[in-house]
Amino acid sequence: MASGSSIGVGGLFENAEVTTSGRPVIRRNEVECFLLSSVDLDSEDDPPRFTALRSGNLILTTHRLIWIPSQSNTAVPSSVPLAGVTHIFTHKKSIKSMFHSPRIRFQADPGSIVVTIVFRGKGDFDGFLTKFWECWRGRAWEEEEKVESEVSRSGSGTVAQGLYGNDGTVRMVGLAGILRKEQEQWESTDKSLQDAFQDLNALMSKAKEMVSLAEKMRQKLLSAPSSQNGSTDDEEMGSKEEMQQWMLSVGIISPVTKESAGALYHQELSRQLADFVRIPLEQAGGMISLTDMYYHFNRARGTELISPDDLWQACSLWEKFDVPVMLRKFDSGVMVIQNKSHSDEEVMSRIRMLVTKTETLRTGVTASDAALTLKIAPAMAKEHLLTAETKGLLSRDMSPDGLRFYFNLFPEIDPTNLHFVKDFGTYGEWVKATSLLSV
Amino acid sequence: MQKFGDFKLPQFFNYPPYFTLQPVRDTREKQIQLWKELILDYCKTHKVFLIGVEEDFPLFSNSTIDRSLSHEARETFLSAIVGEGRAEWLDKGHRKCLILWHRIQDWADIILQFVRDNGLEDSVMTVEEIRSGTESHGTELQGIDRTILMRALKLLENKGKLALFKGTSADDEGVKFSV
Repeated sequence: MASGSSIGVGGLFENAEVTTSGRPVIRRNEVECFLLSSVDLDSEDDPPRFTALRSGNLILTTHRLIWIPSQSNTAVPSSVPLAGVTHIFTHKKSIKSMFHSPRIRFQADPGSIVVTIVFRGKGDFDGFLTKFWECWRGRAWEEEEKVESEVSRSGSGTVAQGLYGNDGTVRMVGLAGILRKEQEQWESTDKSLQDAFQDLNALMSKAKEMVSLAEKMRQKLLSAPSSQNGSTDDEEMGSKEEMQQWMLSVGIISPVTKESAGALYHQELSRQLADFVRIPLEQAGGMISLTDMYYHFNRARGTELISPDDLWQACSLWEKFDVPVMLRKFDSGVMVIQNKSHSDEEVMSRIRMLVTKTETLRTGVTASDAALTLKIAPAMAKEHLLTAETKGLLSRDMSPDGLRFYFNLFPEIDPTNLHFVKDFGTYGEWVKATSLLSV
Repeated sequence: MQKFGDFKLPQFFNYPPYFTLQPVRDTREKQIQLWKELILDYCKTHKVFLIGVEEDFPLFSNSTIDRSLSHEARETFLSAIVGEGRAEWLDKGHRKCLILWHRIQDWADIILQFVRDNGLEDSVMTVEEIRSGTESHGTELQGIDRTILMRALKLLENKGKLALFKGTSADDEGVKFSV
């Protein structure tokens, strides 16, 4: 028994793999928990059951106790699997212990050898003990066994070097380990999300069919009682009701909702819309086309979309309610929503400003010019221009280039004296503006 | 401002909307009025008695602003003049328009004045002489449209101021004044 290491290596202790820099090679899922320096491992028994390991670093992991000599020559790095630990003795406080170095004893199989850990240096021994208990009771190796049951024992860790495991992946060590773990978590989350969305996409692609199918079924259910006069028994009725309920719960808005709600549906929609339009109306300058509002409203509603006809009906109902907005139909057929307080006066004065500028006096304006100046949609701008024309503010010029509007000079021209141009007035300014061009 | 011969065009001739028939009633009425005056003014200056709607009439297009009147606009403006009794459609299709910057009655008065000025109260003249004779040279009657002249003469005949009689050839009717 000259060399106790034979017992250690073959029995209690295993050789611990270390990296070239002397760090223990951590196995898969093994996490370092504690490190203490200047530690001896002694045999309690007399005679000693193994050669004492003197002066090394003790590393506690979730799976093992690893002892690594400070000087690589003196002894081989050894480890005790926590799986083999049968008992950890409680720390005895005595007068004797006051003078001794702190020590912790534990018993381990095979052979129920009692090992004493002697701390010769400084460190948080109590913390170590606590952690030791935790790791021992945590039994992390049991998880490991389940996973690695298929992995051949021979491959475990013999060729591992540095931070890389046998499979070439980075080990879970230190900061890199944490980062890697984060990364893996993120990837798995991502994957599960993707899977989830794939399901959703599949559902979406089927949704249309689902809706039409459900509609068809509903129609059948509705028509059935009338066609099969009185022949329906209770069971059938029950199942039909169930079916109806089920389809409603799926979230298919069927015409039943509208039919049953009747005018109420549009009334409620109408009120909701009246509340909603305020902000888009403000942004649009007091008037917004029905098309634009349809977009705004449905966008706000998300999935509960309404049809253009519903919107129109809801707007039409405003006349009956005391709401500050109204539906207005232009002569051209364009329909807009506008504030009741909204007056054309302001728009007209802005158009007047636009067309009496020297440049526009001469060239006139198109609907898109006006749209830019008034910051409204071209279709709306055209309506305003047409209104201004009706009021006699503008006159039109139809040419191959399109429709342009000019400030209406006709009222200012004296029919009894065709060549007379007043010094003041827009006609005079127009003459100046056009003569500038010809010079 | 561009000119057509001696005729000075008004400033608004370069106003593009002037060449588009205005859809708004008030504006359109004013536009029609201005066209009416301009056409009559021009015809009087240039002694134009006949305007063909589909023919090139100098006023109906403006190359400066690259605008011209549509057929509808031309007919509308001429019809307005007709409505005032200052022009007449010569056909049902409204393709030719007789411009009367003087009404027939006014032309008749001018003829009477011409007769008195030249001491022709009891004379005999041919119709052609009235239009192109030395007496009418420099007067408004020079080059008068034959249709207009005949209608003015007929008006005077009805009033007993003259008698029309057939000459030897078809284009040579005689007039016997008896003012």
